[in-house]
Amino acid sequence: MYVYDEIDQRVVDERVAQFRDQTRRFLAGTLHEDDFRALRLRNGLYIQRHAPMLRVSVPYGLMASKQVRMLARIAREYDKGFGHFSTRQNIQYNWPKLETVPDILELLASVQMHAIQTSGNCIRNVTADHFAGVAPDELDDPRPWCEIIRQWATLHPEFSFLPRKFKIAVTGSPQDRAASKVHDVGLNLVRNGAGEIGFEVLVGGGLGRMPIIGHVIREYLAPRDLLAYLDAILRVYNMGGRRDNIHKARIKVLVKAVGPAKFREMVDAEFEKSRDIAPVLTDAEIARVKSHFVPPKYELLQDEDVVTGAGNEFRNWYQRNTRKHKIGGYRAVVVSLKSPQRPPGDITDVEMEKVADLADQYSFGLVRSTHDQNLILADVRQQDLKAVWQALQAIDLACPNIGTLTDMIACPGLDLCSLANAGTLDVARQINERFDNLDYLYDIGDLELKMSGCMNACGHHHVGHIGILGVDKSGEEWYQITLGGSAGGQDAALGTVIGPSVAKNDVPETLDRLICVYLEQRVESERFVDTFRRIGVAPFKARVYAPADQAA
Amino acid sequence: MPQLIRQRKFVADDWRNIDDDPTGRERALIIPFARWQAERDQWWLWDGKLGVRIGPTDAVEALERDFLRISLVAIEFSGIGEGRGYTQAQLLRRRYQFTGEIRAVGKVQRDQLFYMARCGFDAFELPDGADTAVALTAFDDFSVKYQDSIDPGLNLRRRAGT
Ligand code: SF4
Repeated sequence: MYVYDEIDQRVVDERVAQFRDQTRRFLAGTLHEDDFRALRLRNGLYIQRHAPMLRVSVPYGLMASKQVRMLARIAREYDKGFGHFSTRQNIQYNWPKLETVPDILELLASVQMHAIQTSGNCIRNVTADHFAGVAPDELDDPRPWCEIIRQWATLHPEFSFLPRKFKIAVTGSPQDRAASKVHDVGLNLVRNGAGEIGFEVLVGGGLGRMPIIGHVIREYLAPRDLLAYLDAILRVYNMGGRRDNIHKARIKVLVKAVGPAKFREMVDAEFEKSRDIAPVLTDAEIARVKSHFVPPKYELLQDEDVVTGAGNEFRNWYQRNTRKHKIGGYRAVVVSLKSPQRPPGDITDVEMEKVADLADQYSFGLVRSTHDQNLILADVRQQDLKAVWQALQAIDLACPNIGTLTDMIACPGLDLCSLANAGTLDVARQINERFDNLDYLYDIGDLELKMSGCMNACGHHHVGHIGILGVDKSGEEWYQITLGGSAGGQDAALGTVIGPSVAKNDVPETLDRLICVYLEQRVESERFVDTFRRIGVAPFKARVYAPADQAA
Repeated sequence: MPQLIRQRKFVADDWRNIDDDPTGRERALIIPFARWQAERDQWWLWDGKLGVRIGPTDAVEALERDFLRISLVAIEFSGIGEGRGYTQAQLLRRRYQFTGEIRAVGKVQRDQLFYMARCGFDAFELPDGADTAVALTAFDDFSVKYQDSIDPGLNLRRRAGT
């Protein structure tokens, strides 16, 4: 992974000093609350329902074991002993004290981490495929490009006070596990006619109040122009994006208003005009960053059959929670943060430390966080899988449900988030209670369930095969259901609302009915979302809104 | 009275806004963009120094032909969330090679100065009551920068040959 040099270290150290001073001035009353707000947000610090919330950046989801141990220590010493992994691969703490945040940032800096630009109207953490570097279908590793973008975006002199937040995702595989089409900018690694690596550039995708799939504005961008082109996009956005209405301020609104073709022209014109002053990404710098992402020293191994003769439990786990690796004899292991009693994405300090130990012992000391709020040990020898499974089982991190309905995404919702309209954690618990039979879950198969507590869509409900959105109906918590969304690649689509929202306690029953329709109607190995696409919303709708006695 | 930082020092302001000094007694006037557009010819031969004050939606390219005459551009900020002025300064300095003073005016606060200076601002009007004790250190909040801008960024790394 990328290791800071002296320059990188100095930036994070000086950021800590800067924030310490800002906090001091705020507490002393010489820095106005509104101004401090804009500044603390740029360090990931929100003031939430119960306490401040601190969001720590995990660039493209990659962490070294010593970083994970530090996250555990912070959870223990400054929070209530746990952290929450978000859909942007970051980790959030829900109970730190404002005065202690500079100390937390200092601890983070000591292991080359930070909270820079994890919030606020600036360029946010750049995300990538969580199987980057190990996925068999990958064209090129997105992470070096993410790191280059991270550095370019850090404290950018011109683009640190944008109309609204700005999210970039990079993906190196056609499967697009980074959901690049629903980002402000999506970069897909492609090859041109001459076989050279470059980027397809998408712009203006997003979720939230106005969900929309991004538009391609450049089919091939050469790496040397990467930062220059991003500069051009950001400049057009910085000048043209709306600042009068927070709900209309994302780049997608600008792209929609002028039209993607015109937007493309504007960016191209800006790009051409700025040739003299734009940053050039040199081969030397690309090579320098890439040298941090060379593959680890894999052993020469053959794929082996580790499931025959093994017990059911292990086999289930192997099938659901491990993934094919591009190197023979290895598998990528998904550490499930979705066991029934656990709020999705939550992990305790002790569990984090155990995962760090396992990473050291079995996976080159690295851990990854995913968009769906799990962790990954990406490079486990197949011969070690059983030991890893046992160790994970002992700490409740081996729930064999990855990719199934209970591997649901949920934002923190009303329990913790001050913007929420409705709770998500209760609903998640109820769903877990209703769908507690693994065989049934396996029969249902791959199903992405995503839940957000409000229109801000942190739980990405629009792109769930089933999406659940919390809404506030005269002070009561209700839930709107969408079907048929998908975040990935060619498949990317926004879900369709099935009808009026349902009451809190009816959510599990509603899911049950949706699943029944699917099970009756599916052909062969069709996934839920495929059946939905084939038969449309009507049969689902009819069943969901049927009176109880006719629903079965 | 706002307090002016120029070239990293607090200095007395030798410029006046035209509204405060309609006849230009101080021989250095800042004229709002719209008025400058309308009265350009009439001011051109005046014997004082001229500056233009622009808002976030005013196009800096319109000033390019005026650079012979104007020696200051004041860029307005309505608050910390206003970010267009950074681009305006950047373009003035780097694309259009304006060499006069670029001044940040309006609701300017200490923690923006680092970014502003890197975009080409060299003068800053801090509002009345601003905490001047901490302002001048803002330019040194960070000793290294990733981006090339007015001052070199990533170049550091290239030079070091790492
Ligand atoms: S979707 Fe809404 S409720 Fe959920 S975390 Fe985001 S802002 Fe909070």
